[in-house]
Amino acid sequence: MNAMPEFKTLIEEIDYGTPASPSEKLVTLNIDGRDVTVPEGTSIMRAAMDAGVEIPKLCATDMLDSFGSCRVCLVEIEGRGGLPASCTTPVADGIVVKTQTERLDKVRRGVMELYVSDHPKAWNPDAGLAGTEFDKVAAMVGVTENRYGTDGRNHVEPGVAPGNGSLNIDYIARDESNPYFTYDASQCIVCSRCVRACEEVQGTFALTVSGRGFESRISAGMSENFIDSECVSCGACVQACPTDALREKSVLEMGRPEHSVVTTCAYCGVGCSFKAEMKGEELVRMVPYREGKANRGHSCVKGRFAYGYSTHKDRILNPMIREKITDPWREVSWEEAFAYTANEFRRLQYQYGRTAVGGITSSRCTNEETYLVQKLIRQGFLNNNVDTCARVCHSPTGYGLGQTYGTSAGTQDFDSVEETDVVMIIGANPTDGHPVFASRLKKRLRKGAKLIVLDPRRTDIVRSAHVEAQHHLPLKPGTNVAVITSLAHVIVTEGLFDEKFIRERCDWAEFQDWASFVALPENSPEVVGQLAGVDPEEIRGAARLYATGGNGAIYYGLGVTEHSQGSTTVMAIANLAMATGNIGRKGVGVNPLRGQNNVQGACDMGSFPHELPGYRHISGDATREIYETLWGVKLDNEPGLRIPNMLDAAVEGTFKGIYIQGEDILQSDPDTKHVAAGLAAMECVVVHDLFLNETANYAHVFLPGSTFLEKDGTFTNAERRINRVRKVMAPKNGLGDWEVTQKLAQAMGLAWNYSHPSEIMDEIAATTPSFAKVSYDYLDEVGSVQWPCNEKAPLGTPVMHIDGFVRGKGKFIRTEYVATDEKSGPRFPLLLTTGRILSHYNVGAQTRRTDNVVWHPEDRLEIHPHDAENRGIRNEDWVRVQSRAGETTLRALITDRVSPGVVYTTFHHPTTQANVITTDFSDWATNCPEYKVTAVQVAPSNGPSDWQIEYDEQARQSRRIRPALEAAE
Amino acid sequence: MSHDENHSAAVKAKLVRMANQIATFFKSKPHEEGVAGVAEHINKFWEPRMRRHLFEIVDAGGEGLLPLVLEASAKIRRPSEPVTPAQAAEADADVSG
Repeated sequence: MNAMPEFKTLIEEIDYGTPASPSEKLVTLNIDGRDVTVPEGTSIMRAAMDAGVEIPKLCATDMLDSFGSCRVCLVEIEGRGGLPASCTTPVADGIVVKTQTERLDKVRRGVMELYVSDHPKAWNPDAGLAGTEFDKVAAMVGVTENRYGTDGRNHVEPGVAPGNGSLNIDYIARDESNPYFTYDASQCIVCSRCVRACEEVQGTFALTVSGRGFESRISAGMSENFIDSECVSCGACVQACPTDALREKSVLEMGRPEHSVVTTCAYCGVGCSFKAEMKGEELVRMVPYREGKANRGHSCVKGRFAYGYSTHKDRILNPMIREKITDPWREVSWEEAFAYTANEFRRLQYQYGRTAVGGITSSRCTNEETYLVQKLIRQGFLNNNVDTCARVCHSPTGYGLGQTYGTSAGTQDFDSVEETDVVMIIGANPTDGHPVFASRLKKRLRKGAKLIVLDPRRTDIVRSAHVEAQHHLPLKPGTNVAVITSLAHVIVTEGLFDEKFIRERCDWAEFQDWASFVALPENSPEVVGQLAGVDPEEIRGAARLYATGGNGAIYYGLGVTEHSQGSTTVMAIANLAMATGNIGRKGVGVNPLRGQNNVQGACDMGSFPHELPGYRHISGDATREIYETLWGVKLDNEPGLRIPNMLDAAVEGTFKGIYIQGEDILQSDPDTKHVAAGLAAMECVVVHDLFLNETANYAHVFLPGSTFLEKDGTFTNAERRINRVRKVMAPKNGLGDWEVTQKLAQAMGLAWNYSHPSEIMDEIAATTPSFAKVSYDYLDEVGSVQWPCNEKAPLGTPVMHIDGFVRGKGKFIRTEYVATDEKSGPRFPLLLTTGRILSHYNVGAQTRRTDNVVWHPEDRLEIHPHDAENRGIRNEDWVRVQSRAGETTLRALITDRVSPGVVYTTFHHPTTQANVITTDFSDWATNCPEYKVTAVQVAPSNGPSDWQIEYDEQARQSRRIRPALEAAE
Repeated sequence: MSHDENHSAAVKAKLVRMANQIATFFKSKPHEEGVAGVAEHINKFWEPRMRRHLFEIVDAGGEGLLPLVLEASAKIRRPSEPVTPAQAAEADADVSG
């Protein structure tokens, strides 16, 4: 179905004009002499396209509901008068439709002629444009004459600016304010597809049609520039526009793309499918792919536009070595880099012991690359010192859901939200962190689903255009377990649980034990509300709504996991879903919103130090034997070190070398000074990355990485969906990341010989039961699959735990609230929590190297007006934020989004050094750091802290590069 | 020298804290299950170096450790002890995801 063509072509998706009808009832009609059978409710336009008859259209596209304004798609229906629009007329049994008649041709030509009279030719014909839908329709309809002339009132002739001999009062200058696309009002035909895309697809409502009749113009916000309006630059309007009125600047500069490949975005865990549209070896644009099952044709500003980092001048393309981290870098050949690194790791193991080295796999790299890094460590280093960035984000999800349900992943696909009646969002900010899923969610909310939000901040989803939460519980950071257990208290004591489900699917005795625990008075909303700062009635209302409002689905993020009780909170969430029977069908479930593009995959691929791919514990003899037989070595059966443990061991002197692929632990991990001390204590730090990131300040070897555009592989998104990543250009550094790891392994004496990533996937499938049926050929055939994908589930598993839990019976676990030791007090009276923003991604290494910085040039400290006034802080003032771990400075942003007593910042910019203040406290089960709660004091400041100044200087020094010497003749 | 001592004290304080956090979670379970839970968790997730430090603390009297950790320590593998066949079998029996 989605088989990729071997030769280079531009993939053109069929636009059916109107959305598919979900009806199961079929009707048959006749179109142009052919009988067509389609679901009831389908438009005539779509039915015709189904039968291969394309009716010309301008205002219709299948991403949007039909609108019926352009009058081009008219048809004749036998026995009915007039010429109905085929987009708004539904099919009916037995009707006879004609799409081509003399009368229709004449009317369509007349309509198009009027459009053309007020539509200039593409304003830059040299750029190879004139390939818009509008141009195609004009050709299709056969407009041969224009009796009205082309000097229409609202545009000027190409190349003639207003005031230059042809002053035109209706002319509106092009809006170039958005860095990625241009709005040229003179090209606009007011079909309103952009307005509707902004509403229906994106849900931002930033656009409108202002004025009436001939004065109608598309207007962003209150007739503002796009950049000053509410526009979030998702690109839906640009994609929807049938003319060049809204057009990517890259297309205007480079011309139309010539060939394309379907691939997967390398930003967040939504895992959107895109067509990478190319001209030669250059990427012209990324266009969301409608058949992508995660995004269904939508995108956000990051995936759609922020790919410029792949060609940024900061990218390092040659391997480099230095003996001491105070030396400048020395560019070397790949051979020298591999030989040096292999020697160093062998030396360290000889000198300090087998377990003195380890590595970190990347949640940004492919499954295949991640698999290879853990394989290198297990087979080559002969230990289990491998970890991944999931340690610092969703490791509690793996543990908590594994314990309760038996699977370390979310239970649904994203489509499931379309059948949800009550959405509960806990500690997640989807409109910023997972924007494309947020759009799908908001669409469902606008259609009537109810919303409950548990978050210390009033995030955008709490109240935005046509969306308002029924209950927002602005709980104090660190009180998740108390509040969620309190929801359970209400459900149990008010008898709202689903006894039938529990008796069938869970252990009834365990439920009773749990129920008696949650029913204790200390878990009542009245008691918990006090300590969490939440109105008890809101807790009761939220619990009743979730338990009785129909299909209830929980979506959660790092606000759940990054706490001392992160794993306990995940279990509390799992309990809640089981108690109300909200698991095992469409529309319900427990859904972690994963941070990085392949963090699910990195976990699946055995990146954790205690388990092999497929979440099988390393101490199991049978599992180890599978790999021992294949790899020809004896594997260590003891768990290895986790990232924080590696750093502790390094400071202690027993851990000396590390291979870090695509991860910037110095910026992303907590307690920066401790991370720096750990890295500084090692003798060989190998950083494999696109850029000299912060961690590279402490590196001895730098191996240049490749972008997702430059290699084949797979990413697994938050739905467990395995999506193909397809190479569209050669690696600029010469080697794909999988090749780098392979060559390093070869240098260490391992007999690896993969010639293509598909062979790595074959090895994964052969050794991991939940991947048994996955192969590149199969993915080409079916598009994507959600694991488990094997004999039992050949098409993958969109919804898990349908007839029972993976572990057998669902397990209710007591979740006792334990206040974190990180408490506010007289010295540190405020609680700092952290998060992110739409335009940036994680540590910002990629997005800071794109035009996305126009939206967020620096991290700011959000503080409530009350707390700011007490401290004499004005908006935009520099403030010092101090915790027991350290201090940093940034500028204040005064807002009542945060409650009094809570402050908030993002961590996208290295100069902010937000993690200098976060502490080494962590989740009890997984060591996931407690980023979300740090007791701090905030005071006015003059500028950067001493640490920031020293750090800047050290970073500058450590980035010096001495180019390789030219060999003498 | 004093830096190393500081560090080793800090590492031990951290391990005590981590072990107690685990015990605090399992405290709400029936006692026997709680003891077994703490031991299993540490056996499954703590690298031998970490367990070695834990036993240094336990053997020195267990200062700062919650009683549940001390009780569980009898079932925690010392770094020199191999994984038992029962533990290996249990790990194999775990459902993979």
